[in-house]
Amino acid sequence: MSQTTYNRALEIMGDVCIGCSHCMKVCPTEALRVSQGKAKIHVDWCIDCGECYRICPNRAIRVMDDDFKQIFNYKHRVLLVPSVFFAQFDDSIPREKIYNIIGELGFTEVCAVEQSVDTLIDEVSEYIKRAPLPVISSFCPAVIRLIQVRFPSLVDHIMRLLPPIEITAQYYKRKFAKEGIKEGEFGIFYLTPCIAKIASVKSPVGGYTSPIHGVINMDFFYNKVYLAHKQKIPITRQIKINGELSSKGVLYPTTGGESMHIKGKTLAIDGMDNVIDFLEILENEEIEGFDFLELRACDESCAGGILSHRNRFLTAESMKKYASTIPDTHNLISDYKKYCSAVVHMDKIEPRSMVKYDRDIDAAIKKMEGARELRMLFPGIDCGACGAPSCEALAEDIVKGQAEISSCIFLRTLYEKRGEISLEEAVEIMENIWGKSRFDKKI
Amino acid sequence: MLLEYKVEGGDFTQAGYASSQIKKTLKQLNVDPAVIKRVVIALYEAEVNIVAHAYRGVIYAQVEGSGIKLRLEDEGPGIPDIERAMTPGFSTASQQVREMGFGAGMGLPNISDNADSFKIESSVGKGTTLYIEIKFR
Repeated sequence: MSQTTYNRALEIMGDVCIGCSHCMKVCPTEALRVSQGKAKIHVDWCIDCGECYRICPNRAIRVMDDDFKQIFNYKHRVLLVPSVFFAQFDDSIPREKIYNIIGELGFTEVCAVEQSVDTLIDEVSEYIKRAPLPVISSFCPAVIRLIQVRFPSLVDHIMRLLPPIEITAQYYKRKFAKEGIKEGEFGIFYLTPCIAKIASVKSPVGGYTSPIHGVINMDFFYNKVYLAHKQKIPITRQIKINGELSSKGVLYPTTGGESMHIKGKTLAIDGMDNVIDFLEILENEEIEGFDFLELRACDESCAGGILSHRNRFLTAESMKKYASTIPDTHNLISDYKKYCSAVVHMDKIEPRSMVKYDRDIDAAIKKMEGARELRMLFPGIDCGACGAPSCEALAEDIVKGQAEISSCIFLRTLYEKRGEISLEEAVEIMENIWGKSRFDKKI
Repeated sequence: MLLEYKVEGGDFTQAGYASSQIKKTLKQLNVDPAVIKRVVIALYEAEVNIVAHAYRGVIYAQVEGSGIKLRLEDEGPGIPDIERAMTPGFSTASQQVREMGFGAGMGLPNISDNADSFKIESSVGKGTTLYIEIKFR
């Protein structure tokens, strides 16, 4: 039986993974290792950003989304659709058609995720007047998790306001209640372009419980909708369309979509490496005078979302083009204002310690000293042949008893030459890392 | 554990490297983020002082379970009047240095505010040594 490693939003399928180590090299928290020929996730360090999923050449990483069939457990089923979803399609396919297919696939109602954005913008402007500056947007869940794990001193800067998806979901919960629909009869579903969003709905931060009943993988759902379109399935069901959305809402998930509405000194940064670079200098207290930071883990923000299949620049362009055709306000704004001020706030976000060496500081210093000495031995080329992403990571693993010095292919070769280990032992170490049958040629 | 970093005078593009490395170390040791912040503020300020005012220097960081002891030794002009240098806002930095965003005073009061103990030894024409101590608990 193949081994699987579970996490909140990502799962490595042991029977598909070939242990190629591509994922290990891109993980921003070094949460991946290869052993026995398979990638393994260090669950406490994973921030669900999905960079591993994006790069995996064998599609061996599965998104822990919800089973689509569960939507039918509810009589009323609303799908909250992000603006990036429509931008996945060719402009020649009209929105009406996509709505009808969504209805035919089983939803009774559809609503734009970003319907709450206009109200949120006002709340953000008020919030930054009283918050510790710079305020870091709470929009991108991968960035929140990155800060919790790698930049714990900055957690107090994360904006304690809910992202648009949660506010819209809260609005819907209220709407159903007002219509006299009981709890258990309605299901609120979120179509996500983002893996971190799945984790954030299932284990939210800031003392909050999400009203969302299920998360649908956008990549999966795109295929379902596009197939229905190609097969020209007959439309037999009615769907209620709540299409109220402003141009601000459409643009909000694109880079600069948030910061453009904030008065004062702002920055919009996208891409995981860029965000990390900036957070490093922010944490070093090298930057002063900023009021608001829009930080997004994906290049081109949600247009480059992990579950967004289309070229991210084309997707962003489609969103901008659509935004230019609609008004910058909509009819439900005052309704949202009335109900949402009460639910938009969340509690303080707690840091998530990585525990690199040890919880006890004296023990941690001792292990760190050991790791520093070990690093002198290693070649420093971060080849990854030991199954760890860098020489530094291998040194850390060794002092924690999770790897051996001979895991290093260079030192192993030297030990062999000196006769300290046998060829058989060396091969066994290699097989322990990269798998036993890896080098059997399948003809 | 003793860490050691060399600092070159006038090399502003590398200023902050030692602070960054020590910050990384303390984070990996799970030191309270609020304490790390104090270390970084004090150390960055002191590191930039070496770059802006001295010819060269060495930063020694002794990390123990109870706290961090920093010693910043520089070869440089020295501080003729330490009391004046401790006055908030006092600066002798050149216009050129100020234009680079540095040199708004030596920030010695800022270092002092963030340290549990702070001491300066300086001899004019030779150099300055700063002793900064910050406790973890």
